[in-house]
This record gives sequence, C-alpha cells and structure tokens, in this order.
Amino acid sequence: MSNIEKLQYYFEFPYVRYAFIVGILISLCSSLLGVTLVLKRFSFIGDGLSHVAFGAMSLSTTLPVMIKQYALSWSGEDKLSPRMQGVVNWFGGLNDMYIVLPVTLVCAVLLLRTGQNTKIKGDAAVAMLSVGALAVGYMLMNRFPSRANISGDVCSTLFGSTSILTLKREDVWLCIVMSVAVIAIYLLFYNKIFSVTFDESFTKASGVNADSYNLLIAVVTALIIVLAMNLVGSLLISALIIFPALSAMRIFKSFRSVIICSAVISVACAAFGIIVSILSSTPVGSTIVVADLGVFILFSLISAFVGKARS
Amino acid sequence: MSAQMVCKNASLGYEDGIVAENLDFTISKGDYLCILGENGSGKSTLIKAILGLQPQVSGEIEWCGGVRKNEIGYLPQQTVVQRDFPASVREIVRSGCLAKSGLRPFYSKAEKELAESTMKQLGIGEFARRCYRDLSGGQQQRVLLARALCATRKMLLLDEPVTGLDPKAQHDLYELIAGLNREGITIIMVSHDLTSAIKYATHILHIGGRKQLFFGKTADYLKSASGMLFTGTEMNGNE
Ligand SMILES: Nc1ncnc2c1ncn2[C@@H]1O[C@H](COP(=O)(O)OP(=O)(O)O)[C@@H](O)[C@H]1O
Ligand SMILES: [Mg+2]
Repeated sequence: MSNIEKLQYYFEFPYVRYAFIVGILISLCSSLLGVTLVLKRFSFIGDGLSHVAFGAMSLSTTLPVMIKQYALSWSGEDKLSPRMQGVVNWFGGLNDMYIVLPVTLVCAVLLLRTGQNTKIKGDAAVAMLSVGALAVGYMLMNRFPSRANISGDVCSTLFGSTSILTLKREDVWLCIVMSVAVIAIYLLFYNKIFSVTFDESFTKASGVNADSYNLLIAVVTALIIVLAMNLVGSLLISALIIFPALSAMRIFKSFRSVIICSAVISVACAAFGIIVSILSSTPVGSTIVVADLGVFILFSLISAFVGKARS
Repeated sequence: MSAQMVCKNASLGYEDGIVAENLDFTISKGDYLCILGENGSGKSTLIKAILGLQPQVSGEIEWCGGVRKNEIGYLPQQTVVQRDFPASVREIVRSGCLAKSGLRPFYSKAEKELAESTMKQLGIGEFARRCYRDLSGGQQQRVLLARALCATRKMLLLDEPVTGLDPKAQHDLYELIAGLNREGITIIMVSHDLTSAIKYATHILHIGGRKQLFFGKTADYLKSASGMLFTGTEMNGNE
C-alpha cells in the first residue's frame, strides 16, 4: 500500500477522523493562548495545571473501583447491594471531563491568586501543587487499579498515547464545543487580552477591570489543558502551549503576526504529527511535540541567520 | 484654578509596613506637579495609590473637577517584561483606547484615528509598523506617552519617564511633556532630576523619611529648608 492509500484507508474509520478534527482544534486553541501565557510569564501555571489534570484524571478513572472497595469493606459482604452497584456504574460511565474540568478550573483560579500574593511565592505554590497532584494520582492508580495494566494506564494518561483514538462521539462534540468557545472568547476579547498581557498596571489605571481578564485567561487555560490531555497527555501539554508561541516570537514582531504564525505552526504540526503517527505508528502526542520542537529549532536558526545578516 | 484631586492625610504602605504618612496635597487643572524623593521613599507607591492600584492605608484621595478616578493616563516605570514584547507601535498606542471601547471587541474608526493623530503629534507616526522592542529608549517612552494620551487628555501620571535616556532624549521628552502641559493637561511626574523639576514644574511634592517634607509652589520650594537640603551647596552659593 502506498502512503496515500494507507491514509485513505485509515481515514475511513470515524475514530481517525475524530482524532484529526479534535487534534487540529486543540492545537489551535493552545497556540492562541500560549502566546499570552509565555509573554505574561504564566507558562508555569500551564505546567502546574497539566499535572493537576493528571491527578484529577487518575481520580476519575479510579473512583468506581475506590467506591466499590470501600462499600464492600463497610458492609462486610462479598457482593454490592443493587443501589451501591448503581452508584459505581454511574461513576464508571461518567465522562472523565466532568471531574477533571472542575478540579482543574478551581486550581487555575487558586494558582492565579497565589501568583499575585506577595507572601507565598507563586512558583513554589505551583511546584507544590503539581508534584502533589502527580504523587496522589500515581498512588490512586496503584491502590485502586481499574484495569490490570497499571503502567499502561499511567503511561497513556501522561503521554496520551492511545486515548485520542478511543474518543467517543460525545468526547468529540464536547471538544468541538469547548474549542469553539475558546476561539470565540479569544476573538471577542483580543484587544483586552493584548492590553492585559502587555501592561497590566496601565490597563487597570485606565479603568479596565484587568483582574477579571486575568481570571478569564486562567479559566481558558484550564479548559485548554483539559482538552489537550486527550491529544498529547498531561506531560506534553506545556510543549503544545509554549513551543508554537516561542517559535513565532523568534521571527515575527507584532502581536497579531505572532498569534497568527503561532496558530499556523501549531495546526500544521498537529496535522503532520497525526498523519505521521498513523503511517509509522508512533505515539500521537510525542510525534506532534517533536514536530513542534523541529519548527522551533528551524525558526531559531532562521532568526540567528537573519540577525547576523543584518548586523 | 479648579482642584482635580485632593489627597487628605493619606498614609501609604504594604502589608509589611507604612512607607509614607500624612500626605496632604491638592492638584488643580493645568498643574505640573513633580514628586521628588530618594529611592524607596514611596514615590511609585503614591502613584499607585493615586491610580487605585494599591489602596492607601488610611486617609483619603478624592477626585473632583470633572476628573474621574479612571480618567488618568499612566506611564509606568518600565518593566522587564515589556523590553522583549513582540508588539508593533500601532498596537500599543491603540490599546490606550481600550477603556473607551468598553465591551466592543474591536476599535472604532474614531479610536483608530485618535491613535494615528496622537502618534503624529508625538513624532512617532513613521514608526507605526515598527516593533516596540527595536526602538530606542526615548522612542519607546513616546509610544507609551501616546498610549496614555489616547486614554485621556485630562491628566497624565508619569513615573520616572526619563530614567535610562541619554541627555538629548531626556531634554526632548521634557519639552514634549511641557508642551502637553501648556495645552492644559495636568501633569504629575516622579523624578530624580531636580534641575528639570525646578525648570518645568509649577508645584513640588517632596517626600522622604516616611513623611511629606514639602508641598507647594516651585518658587516657595526653592526658599524652603527641604529645598535647600536637596539642592545642597549649589543653592547656598546663589544666595
Ligand atoms: N509590592 C510591594 N510590596 C511590599 N513592599 C513594597 C512593594 N513595592 C514597594 N515596596 C516597598 O515600598 C517602599 C517604597 O517603594 P517605591 O514606592 O517603589 O519607592 P520609589 O518609587 O520612591 O523608589 C520600598 O521600601 C519598597 O521596598
Ligand atoms: Mg519608583
């Protein structure tokens, strides 16, 4: 089979098409916000939140097992009552998003608060939260294994190796709705986001409520991280957010051109990464991130050469 | 002269302590107030209190004479973040119109024209498409000044605007600000440069040792004791 035929064959499966659409949307959203996060020196918040999302995801996958085990040991019987079994089934069928999203949102708001507080060092708080979430998450997965293959579960939550190909139609719709919301928010508040990013004190002084826009940025960041977990897994999310922005900033000099370039890079790398991962069966997340890394190196070289030629 | 802002017995500080107390002064329309004081004496803190960014510990800061708290153009002390920020001059100047645009997601034609004419007025029209971080220090300050002027034409607050500029650029910026003051814009400026303060300002506020050392007309400042101390032997020699 030639590569084209192979692709055609794969794209006949709906889950491959879903993965493609979702991948493109997520990378677009993350690159848009990435520019702001990098410039505001907020990228550490993205990193911390991705670990929180890992912890929440572990909680969500282990919750049915946890409830079952405790219910059994309390009642002392070896079978669950029908009511308890109902509860366990309900949690088992619950979309992970409904647990991961609220937890991540709350942490985003908390991190933003501590970042502004002069007493607790923002970066220490983030480090604490992210390492804590990792530890709790890993412990939960070991203590209450939902499947036999624990390390496989952990690995796919961290690196997103398989989850994108197991998306359900509901996941895809949730993802599309959230992506469209993120893009709409970004377009509607573009001028405000620019001003808050460039100079928060001036923005406040001219009577704009900068704090609420900071909150908006934190909330949207949390949304994107939860979305991106499906695509690249929680360890690689930061790469998806940071690389396109950094690459674009090497070459472009106005805010708008940086945003547009970063979006183009991110979408192109996501498409490239997904296709390559289908053809040569590499893990999706890391293939995308390697492509992003490649573009970053390329752009750095270009900007170094251009700089030399000028001086 | 109608008062625009009255500061009554205000004390400034952070959680860890008071920075300056008993500040009493009035700013009227068309004034050019220079705030003098050593490093760490609380000048930037006072500016933040006036802007409502860091509320005063006690006392009151009142706005009157048709100026609202949020109708101030602010030129912050430059931060590190801005030095390598990818933004064109036009994008930055336009962001001064943000408060005017309210919840509208884009700038209106009038707002865009205001940005263009302000850039021309400050002599940075030709840089509109240039990147902010590639400009010289003096040009960067003009960009921020243009942005502040887009926000308001009533009052400008400038925190050490000439720091880090070469003497020629300092002089040009002072003249530019004096010109704006002659148009009727109230100026409040934090400065280290006593000679220029005396040359341009109509009023002086001198803070030091956690309190207000002097407030009044520039001419009176020269006669007062704190003026003597700050200007040193140079002034004694003249008398
Ligand atoms: N965010 C802050 N939190 C706590 N203390 C601060 C903060 N900013 C400034 N200070 C302290 O307040 C004092 C006055 O600072 P500042 O107003 O910046 O002085 P100036 O602008 O006159 O050089 C300094 O002692 C400084 O350490
Ligand atoms: Mg200062």
